[in-house]
Amino acid sequence: MIQTLAEYFSYPFVRYAFIVGVLIAFCSSLLGVTLVLKRFSFIGDGLSHVAFGALAIATVMDFSNQMAFILPATILCAVLLLRTGQNTRIRGDAAVAMISVGALAVGYLVMNLTSSSSNLAGDVCSTLFGSTSILTLTKTEVWMSAVLSMIVVVIFVLFYNKLFAVTFDENFAKATGTKTDAYNLLIAVVIAIIIVLAMNWVGSLLISALVIFPALAAMRVFRSFFSVTVCSAIFAVVCAVLGILISIAAETPVGATIVAADIAGFFIFWIIGHALGTDQ
Amino acid sequence: MAQLSCSDLTLGFGDNILIRDLNFEIQEGDYLCIVGENGSGKSTLIRALLGLVQPEGGAVVFGDGLKQSEIGYLPQQTVVQRDFPATVREIVLSGCQGSMGLRPFYRAAEKKRAAENMEKLGITGLAKRCYRDLSGGQQQRVLLARALCATEKLILLDEPVSGLDPMVTAEMYRMIADLNREGISIIMISHDIGAAVRYASHILHIGETVFFGTKEEYARSDLGNRYLHFEAANAAEREDRGGGIRPAGENAAGKGEEK
Repeated sequence: MIQTLAEYFSYPFVRYAFIVGVLIAFCSSLLGVTLVLKRFSFIGDGLSHVAFGALAIATVMDFSNQMAFILPATILCAVLLLRTGQNTRIRGDAAVAMISVGALAVGYLVMNLTSSSSNLAGDVCSTLFGSTSILTLTKTEVWMSAVLSMIVVVIFVLFYNKLFAVTFDENFAKATGTKTDAYNLLIAVVIAIIIVLAMNWVGSLLISALVIFPALAAMRVFRSFFSVTVCSAIFAVVCAVLGILISIAAETPVGATIVAADIAGFFIFWIIGHALGTDQ
Repeated sequence: MAQLSCSDLTLGFGDNILIRDLNFEIQEGDYLCIVGENGSGKSTLIRALLGLVQPEGGAVVFGDGLKQSEIGYLPQQTVVQRDFPATVREIVLSGCQGSMGLRPFYRAAEKKRAAENMEKLGITGLAKRCYRDLSGGQQQRVLLARALCATEKLILLDEPVSGLDPMVTAEMYRMIADLNREGISIIMISHDIGAAVRYASHILHIGETVFFGTKEEYARSDLGNRYLHFEAANAAEREDRGGGIRPAGENAAGKGEEK
C-alpha cells in the first residue's frame, strides 16, 4: 500500500492535486461555522445543484471556459437564495428546494438531450459524485482551485470579526452600523466560489458535507467561536488527507471517501463531546 | 436639542398601519419606558428607531451629536443565540464592531473598552465562559455589556427582564437605573407598568390611545390610572394566589431597592 502511495506521489501532478484538495477542504470548512449557525446549511446544498445545472448548460453551449459561466451563475443564485431567506414571511427553504431540484432536473435533461458523449451515465455520475480519481483533474482546474481557495482564506481572515458579529446577532450588528447586507452578500459569494471549486473534486452532491461536517463536529466539543473555527479547519484538513490517501490506496472515489472520513470523524467528536459533557 | 425625536412617525406595512403620527422626544439623561399591549407596535417602533425598518411617514431625528448607529441595543434573545458557541468576551467585543468600519481586527482601545464594560456589569469572571452555559440573567448582562460597547449615550432595551426570575429582574432594573444615573439615556420596552412608573422619568404608552409625558403626568392621566390600577389589582391577586412567588412587578422591584 505504501508502495502504491509512493508511486502515485512520485508524479508532481498528484502532489499538486493533493495540495489543492486539502486547500479546498480547508476553505469549505471556514464558512461552515457561519452557515450552520445562521441556519443556512441548506443553501450550500441548493447551490451545488445549481452549479450542476450551470455546468450542464455550459457543456451544451460549448463555452470554451466553463468556469466563466458556472461561477457567475452560481453566485447570482446564491445572492437570490440569501435574499429569500431573510425578512420574508415565507422562509427560504421552499425556494431553495424549488431552485435546487429544478436545476438538477434541467441539468440532467439538457445533458441527456444534447450529449454526444458515448458515456453519458459516467459523465453525469462524475459531475454529481466527483472525479473517480484525482488524476482526472486538469492542470487549469488545479491552478484555478489553488488561486480561488487562497482568495477565500484571505477574505475569511480579514472579515472574521465581522462575520462573527453578523452571525451572532444580525439585528444588533445592523443597528450599530455594521453593513450586514454587504456581509451577507460576501458570504453568499464566497459560498458560491467554494461550491464551484469543490464541484470538480467531490462532485456537486457531496459538497455540503465538506461545509457542514467539520463545523458540526467541532461544535460538539468546543465552546468558543474561535476554537470552533480553528478546530473545524483542522478537522477538515485531517479528513481530506486521510480521505485522499485511502482513496489512492484502496482505489475508491475521492469525494465519497473524504465524506466517509468526515462522517467517521463526526462520530468520534460526538462521542468525545458526550464523554466531556460539552455536547448537550 | 433633543437626542432623539420622532415627528409624525407612522409605522406599518402597507395598509396595516400600527402607529400613526407619533410624536415624542428624548433629552440627554432621560429614562423612557414604552408600554402598550402586544401587537400595538412596540417592537416595530424600536426597529424604526434603530433604522432597521423604514417609516411609512414622518421621521426619526437625531441630535446632540448622537448618530443612529451609536444606539446601544439590547435585543430579545434569538433562537440562534441559544446554542451559539461563543465566549462572553467574544460577544462583548463584537459590540465595538460598528465603529470599526472596514478595519479587520480589534485594537487595544476596543479590548480595553470591552474589559471595562464587563467589569462594570460584574461579568469579568465569566469572560472565558460559553454564552449558552450562562443563566438568563448572566446572558442579559453580557448583551448589556455589548450594548455599552456600542454607545456612550443611549441604550435601547427590548423587554430586558422577560423570562428572568424576580430577584434577577430587580437586579437588572437596578443596573439599568445605575447606567441612567451615569448619564446614559435609556429607552426600554416593558410589559411591566409598575416597574416602568417606578424607574422611568417618561412614559410612552402606545395602543388605541397614545400618551407621552413624564411619569407623574402619566399617573394622573386617565389612561395611566386605568393601567396602574389594573396592574396593582393583578399583582395583589397573584400575591394571594402564589404566596411564595413574588410578582415581577412593583413589589419585587421595590424589595430589591430596599436592600
